[in-house]
Amino acid sequence: MIGALIACPFFLYPQFLMKLLCFALFACAFNLLIGYVGLLSFGHAAYFGMGSYIAAHAVKVWGLTPELSILLGGAVGAVLGLVFGWIAIRRAGIYFAMITLALAQMVYFFCLQAPFTHGEDGIQSVPRGMLFGVIDLRADMTLYWFVAALFLAGFLLVQRVIRSPFGQLLTAIRENEARATSLGYRVDDYKLVAFVLSAGIAGVAGGAKAITVGIATLTDVHWSMSGEVVLMTLLGGLGTLFGPVVGAGIVVSMQTYLAPFGAWVTIIQGVIFVLCVLAFRAGIVGELGRLLRVKL
Amino acid sequence: MSAPQIVLGLVNGAFYALLSLGLAVIFGMLNVINFAHGAQFMMGAFVAWMLLNWAGIPYWGALVLSPLIVGAFGVVLERAMISRLYKLDHLYGLLLTFGLALIIEGLFRNGFGSSGLPYAPPEALSGMPVDLGFMMLPKYRLWVVVAAFVVCIATWLVIEKTRLGAYLRAATENAPLVQAFGVNVPRMVTLTYAAGVALAALAGVLAAPIYSVNPGMGSNFIITVFAVVVIGGMGSILGSVITGFGLGLVEGVTKVVYPEASATVIFVIMAIVLLARPAGLFGRA
Repeated sequence: MIGALIACPFFLYPQFLMKLLCFALFACAFNLLIGYVGLLSFGHAAYFGMGSYIAAHAVKVWGLTPELSILLGGAVGAVLGLVFGWIAIRRAGIYFAMITLALAQMVYFFCLQAPFTHGEDGIQSVPRGMLFGVIDLRADMTLYWFVAALFLAGFLLVQRVIRSPFGQLLTAIRENEARATSLGYRVDDYKLVAFVLSAGIAGVAGGAKAITVGIATLTDVHWSMSGEVVLMTLLGGLGTLFGPVVGAGIVVSMQTYLAPFGAWVTIIQGVIFVLCVLAFRAGIVGELGRLLRVKL
Repeated sequence: MSAPQIVLGLVNGAFYALLSLGLAVIFGMLNVINFAHGAQFMMGAFVAWMLLNWAGIPYWGALVLSPLIVGAFGVVLERAMISRLYKLDHLYGLLLTFGLALIIEGLFRNGFGSSGLPYAPPEALSGMPVDLGFMMLPKYRLWVVVAAFVVCIATWLVIEKTRLGAYLRAATENAPLVQAFGVNVPRMVTLTYAAGVALAALAGVLAAPIYSVNPGMGSNFIITVFAVVVIGGMGSILGSVITGFGLGLVEGVTKVVYPEASATVIFVIMAIVLLARPAGLFGRA
C-alpha cells in the first residue's frame, strides 16, 4: 500500500490522485460504520461537506495553516456527528438511514443560506497555504505527500480501531445486537462513539478535499454525495479494509474520465448499484477475498 | 397572517400525504423503503406530458393512464429485481431502489434535458380563481387538495375496511399463514408495489401543471417526504396522511412567519419529534 502511494504519482496526475485519496479516506470512514457496525448512514455528505466548508473558510478567511484547518474541519464533523448520531441511534435499520439522510438535508439548507458558505458559489480559490507555517504546498508533489500521509494516517487509524477490542465489540453488535446488550454492554454508547469517529474522519477528508481541489461547494453537502460514498463502499466491498479505497478509485476515475458523457455517469452509477445489490453483494475486494480465501 | 401562503402550504401537504402514503403502502407489504418513489413520481408527470404531446391524450386521460403505465413498470421492477431481496437485510432494498432512482433520473435527463417542460392545467380547472372569502385560490390548486384528500381516504378505506385490505394486513403480520389459506401472497406483494408506485405517479400527474415537469422534480421532494414519514411513523396509513397535510401547513405558516427557515422546518420538527417519540407520532415502537 505504501509502495503504491509512493509509486503512483510518477504514473498518474497528482491532482487526480489527491482527489482520489480524499474520497478514499471518506469511504473508509463511512465503511467503519456500515461495514463494522452495520449502520447505514445515508447522510455522510453532511460531515464531509461541513469539514470541507470549515477548512476552506479557516484557510482563506482566518489564515490558519492547512493542517490546523483540516483538523478543525474534522472536529466540526465530529461534533455534528455527535449531535446527529445521538438523535439517529434511537432508531435502527431503515429508519436510521432515513433519519441521517433527513438530518443531512438540514445541513444542506444551512449551507445554502449561511453567509460564510457563499451560497451557490461556494468558497472558491482556497489557498493551499504553508504546512506548519514553513512548507509551501503550492507545488503539486509537495501537497501530494501531505495528502498521502494524511490518508495513510486515517486509514491506519480506522484499521487500528477495527482490530482493537472496541472494534471487536462493534462487530459483535453488528452480528447480534441483542446478545451484545445481554452481555451488559451499553450498545448505544459504542455505536455513538463509532459514529462520531466516522463523522470526524469524514470531516478531515472533506477538509483535505477543500485544500487540494481549492473549492468547497454545495456539491460536497448535497445528498447525492452521501449516495456516492455508499456506492464507493458497496462497490469495493462492505466491511473490507481495502474495499472502500478500491471503490473510491473506480468511482472517482469514472467521474473524471467519463465526465464528457454527462448524465450517463449517473446512469452507470445506478447500474453498478443495482448490479452490486443483485449480483455481487460482497463487492470487488470482498469477492476477490472469497476467491483467494483471504481476508482483505 | 397571509392566508394564501398557508393554503399553498396545504397544496404541498397534499403531495407529501400522497407520496408518504405510497411509501407506507409499499413498506407495509415489502418492508422496503422505495427510494425510487421520487423518480416514479417524476415518471408520472413525464408520462402525462408524453401522453399529451405525443398521443394527444389530455389531462383527464393521463390521470388514469399514467398511474397504470407507471404501475405496470412497477410490476416489472418488483418481479425482476426487488423480489430477489426479501430474504436479505432491508438495507439492500433501499440501496437497490436508490440505484434504480439514479438510472431513471439519468435516462430522463438524457432524453429531455434538465430544464422543465410546461404542462398546462386542463381547461375546466384553469379559468377564474375560486373566492374562498379570505383569499383567491387558483382552481387547479383547490382541485389538487381535494383530489389528494379523496385518494388518501379511499386508500385508507380499502386497507382498513375491505376484504382485500384484511388480506393485506394479515399478510404483513404473517405471510406464510395467509399463503396457507390459499391467498397468492407473492402476487399480492407485486400488486401492492404496483399500487404504491401508481400512487406516486398519480401525484406526479397532479403535480405536472403546478411544478414544471423536469427530471429532478422527484428527488428533492422525496427527501422531505422521508422526513414526513419519520415524523409520522411508518405503519399507520392515517398517520402518514395527517402528517403529510399537517407538515405542509406548518411549512406554509413558516414561509409567512420566518421565510428563511421554511426549507428546514420539517427537518427540525423531525429532530424534536424523534427526541420525544423515537417511533414517530403515529408509529408503533
